[in-house]
Amino acid sequence: MTLLGSLALWVAFLLGAWGALTGFLGGARGRTDLIASSRHAVYALCGVLLVAVVCLEVALFRHDFNVEYVAAYTSRNLPIFYTWSALYAGQKGSLLFWATVLSVFGALAQALTAPRHRVYLPYVGAITSLVCTFFLSVMVFSSISHSNPFERLAYTPVDGRGLNPQLQKPGMVFHPPMLYLGYISITIPFAFAMSALLTKRLDADWLVAIRKWTLLSWLFLSIGICLGMWWAYVELGWGGYWAWDPVENASFLPWLTMTAFLHSVMIQEKRGMLKKWNLGLIIGSWLLSIFGTFITRSGVIASVHSFTESNVGYFFGVFLVFAATVSFWIYAKRLPLLEADSQLESMVSREASFLFNNLLLVGIAFTVLFGTLLPILTELFSGTKVTVKAPWFNSVNIPLGLLLLLFTGIGPLIAWRRSSVPNLKRQFAVPATAGVLTILALLAAGMRDRYPVIAIGLAAFVFTTIIQEFWRGVSARHRQYGETWLLAFGRLFARNRRRYGGYVVHLGILILFIAFAGYAFKTETEATLRPGESASIRSPYGWTYTFTHLGISQYQALNRQVTAATVEVSRNGKRVGLLTTEKRQHVDAEGNPTFQPSTEVGIRSDMREDLYVVLAGVVNGSEQAVYRFTINPLVWWVWYGGMIVALGGLIVMWPGGGSITVRRAQAGYAVKLVAKE
Amino acid sequence: MYAGGYWSASVSRLYNGIMKPGLKFAIFTVLIVGSVGYLMASGLKQTGQYFFTPSELSQKLATDPTFYDVGMRVGARVVPGSVNRDVASQTISFRVTDGSATYPVIYRGIAPDTFNDSVEVVVEGRIQRDGIIHATDVLAKCGSRYESVPKA
Repeated sequence: MTLLGSLALWVAFLLGAWGALTGFLGGARGRTDLIASSRHAVYALCGVLLVAVVCLEVALFRHDFNVEYVAAYTSRNLPIFYTWSALYAGQKGSLLFWATVLSVFGALAQALTAPRHRVYLPYVGAITSLVCTFFLSVMVFSSISHSNPFERLAYTPVDGRGLNPQLQKPGMVFHPPMLYLGYISITIPFAFAMSALLTKRLDADWLVAIRKWTLLSWLFLSIGICLGMWWAYVELGWGGYWAWDPVENASFLPWLTMTAFLHSVMIQEKRGMLKKWNLGLIIGSWLLSIFGTFITRSGVIASVHSFTESNVGYFFGVFLVFAATVSFWIYAKRLPLLEADSQLESMVSREASFLFNNLLLVGIAFTVLFGTLLPILTELFSGTKVTVKAPWFNSVNIPLGLLLLLFTGIGPLIAWRRSSVPNLKRQFAVPATAGVLTILALLAAGMRDRYPVIAIGLAAFVFTTIIQEFWRGVSARHRQYGETWLLAFGRLFARNRRRYGGYVVHLGILILFIAFAGYAFKTETEATLRPGESASIRSPYGWTYTFTHLGISQYQALNRQVTAATVEVSRNGKRVGLLTTEKRQHVDAEGNPTFQPSTEVGIRSDMREDLYVVLAGVVNGSEQAVYRFTINPLVWWVWYGGMIVALGGLIVMWPGGGSITVRRAQAGYAVKLVAKE
Repeated sequence: MYAGGYWSASVSRLYNGIMKPGLKFAIFTVLIVGSVGYLMASGLKQTGQYFFTPSELSQKLATDPTFYDVGMRVGARVVPGSVNRDVASQTISFRVTDGSATYPVIYRGIAPDTFNDSVEVVVEGRIQRDGIIHATDVLAKCGSRYESVPKA
C-alpha cells in the first residue's frame, strides 16, 4: 500500500504541475484544449490524492509499523476512533491532508461554479493546482524535507509510539481539520481574486462568484477557533481558553481579515468603492493562512505549539515570500483598473462606519501580527529578543475590540451615503438609552471594573439594535401581509438571509464579548489537602464554595493508568455535587509508560460560572492531594456564543440566497445611475 | 440673533467646504492608527520582556549589572537529573542550560504535565542577586504542543 501511496504522490505532483502549466497557458492564450486539459488534471489530482489518503488510512488501520508515520503516531491499543484521526496528527499526514482537501476544493470550484463565472476558471484551476503542487513537492522531495508519510523504516517495531494523549480527545479530533478546512478554503477566493486580476475582469462579478467560498472558510475558521478554545480549556488545565500563543494568533489573523472582507465587500457591491482594499484583504488573508502554517511548522518563534522543528518550515518560508511577491506584483500592475466608482459622501453613513469596522479589524490583525513577530523583529534590529504575552495583547486589543463592538451596533442600522438627524434618532434613541441604563445599573450594583462595564453596556446597546431590527421587520410583515408573528419571523430570514443571518452572527459576537468580560472575574486558589480537609473560595457572585477532598483512587483503563481524586463541592454550606479530576499515565500494550502524564480537569458548568478543579499532584505514598480550584464566570457563554456565531454563518450561507445578491447588485447599480445624473 | 444664525451658518458652510468627508475620514484614520500605535508602544514598555538563552543572559548580566530582578524569559533545556520536586509545598527546583551556561531555577506552583528532566522549557521570572532564577511561570515543550500554567 505504501508503494501505491508514494506513487500516487508522485503522479499527483506531476498532475498538479501539468494542471498549473496548462491552466496558465490556456488562460493566457485562450486555448480551449489546454483549458480542458487543465480542468481534467484538477479532477484527476483530486482522485489520485484521495487514493493516497486511503493508502495511509489502510496502513494506519493495519498497524503497519514498518511505516515510520504509523509507528510514530499510533499503537495497537489506540482506540479506533483516534486511529483514523492520526491521518492529521503528525506533520507528514497533515501535509497530505492539506493537499487532498485543497484538491477537493479545487475540483468543487471547477464543478460548481455558475456558467457566467466560468471565465475565471482556467486561472483558478491553475492556481489551485500550483498551490497543491507546492504541498506535494514538500512530500515528494523527502530527502530534503523528510515529509513523505509513506516512508518505511529499516526494521519493524513490535508496537507504535501511540498518539499523544492530549490529542486523544473528541475535541481534538475535529478541531485541527476544521482549522485546516478554514485555511485551505481561503485558497479558492484567492485563486478567483488572482484570476480576476489576470483576466482584468474586475467588476463586482468575481465577488459574487466567491461569496459562498469566503463565507465557508470564515465559518470553518470560526468553528475551528472555538473548538480550539474549548480544547485548550478542557485539556490544558491552566484555567483559560485563550493565551495569545503564536499558534492561536495564527488562526485568529486570517479570521480577522476575512471578517473585514465580508463587511467591506458589501460596500463594493452597493457603491463600487474599496476595490483595491477588498483584493488586498483576500490576498492578505491567504498569505496569512500560509504564514500560520509557516510559524507552526518551522519553530522560528519560541513558545509555539510547534510541531517537530524541521526543514519544512523553510519550504513554507520560501513559498510565502514567492507567493507574496508574485501576487502583489500582479496586484500593483492592475491598480489603475481598480478606481472607485463613487466617493465617500459623509462621515455619518454606513460606508464610513463599515470603513471604521474594517480599519479596526485590520488594526487588531496588525497588532496581533506585530506581537507575534516581535521576538524575530527585535532580534533582527537589536540582537536581543523581546517577547510580549497575554497582558500586552489584552491591553492593546481590548480597547480596539470594544470600539469594534460599538460599530457592530452602528454599522447595520445607519443609512447609506448620508444619515440625517431624524434617521439617527429613529435608529439609535432606544438602543443608546438601553446601553446607558445598563452601564448605570452595573455601576449601581457596585461593579467598578472599567472594561467589563463598558463591554456589557455596549453589548446591551448592540443587543437592542438587533431586537429592534427584528421587531420592525416582523411587525412590518405582520401588518403588510397579515402573516402570523411566527411565520413573519421565519420569512424574514428566508427573504433576506444575509441581513438577518448577519444579525444572528452579531448576537453571537456580543455574547462572546460578555463572556470575555466575565473572564476578568476569574478567581483561583491552590491547596494541599488530606482526605476530609477542605478549601474555600469566594465566587464573584458572593457565594462561598467549599471543596472537600474525599480521597484518591487508582485503576487501570484501556490504555492508561488513572489516578483520580474526588472533591465534594458545596455552595454556602449546601451540597452541590462531586467533581473528579485525574492524572493519567498512558501505557503501551506491555504496560510500559508512554508520554508524560496528562491531567483531566474536573469541570462543573452552568450559565453563571464554571467550577474548574485540577489535580496537580499526589504526595508520594499518601492520599494527600494538591489541587487548584478555579471559578470562571460566564465561560458557558463562550461555547454558546460560538455556536450562535456558527448558526448565523450557516443561515447566511444557506443556498437560495443568490437571487438577493443579484437584486442587491442591481439596486446598487441603480443608485449609481441616480448618483451620476 | 440673526447675525448669530448667519455666522454659524457660514462657519458651518466653511467647515463643510474644507472638511470633505475624505479628509475627515483621513483624520479619523490617523487618530485610530495613532492611538493603536500608542497602545502598542506603551504596552510594550510595561509588559515587554527580554527572551534569552542562558549564555545570552550571562552576557547581559556581565554588561548590565542592573539587570537583576527584572522580568524576563529564558529558553533552555532542563539539565537531566537536576529536577527536585517537593509536592507538599508545590516547589520545583531544577537547572537549565544551553550547553555553555547553566542557571538554577526555583518555581513555586504547578508545573505543566509535560515538564520533566529532559524537556526544553521557557522559564519566566526574575534572576536575583543570588544567581537563581525565581520563576513565575514554566512552559514545557513537548511533541507537538506547548503547555502553559500561568499563575493568577
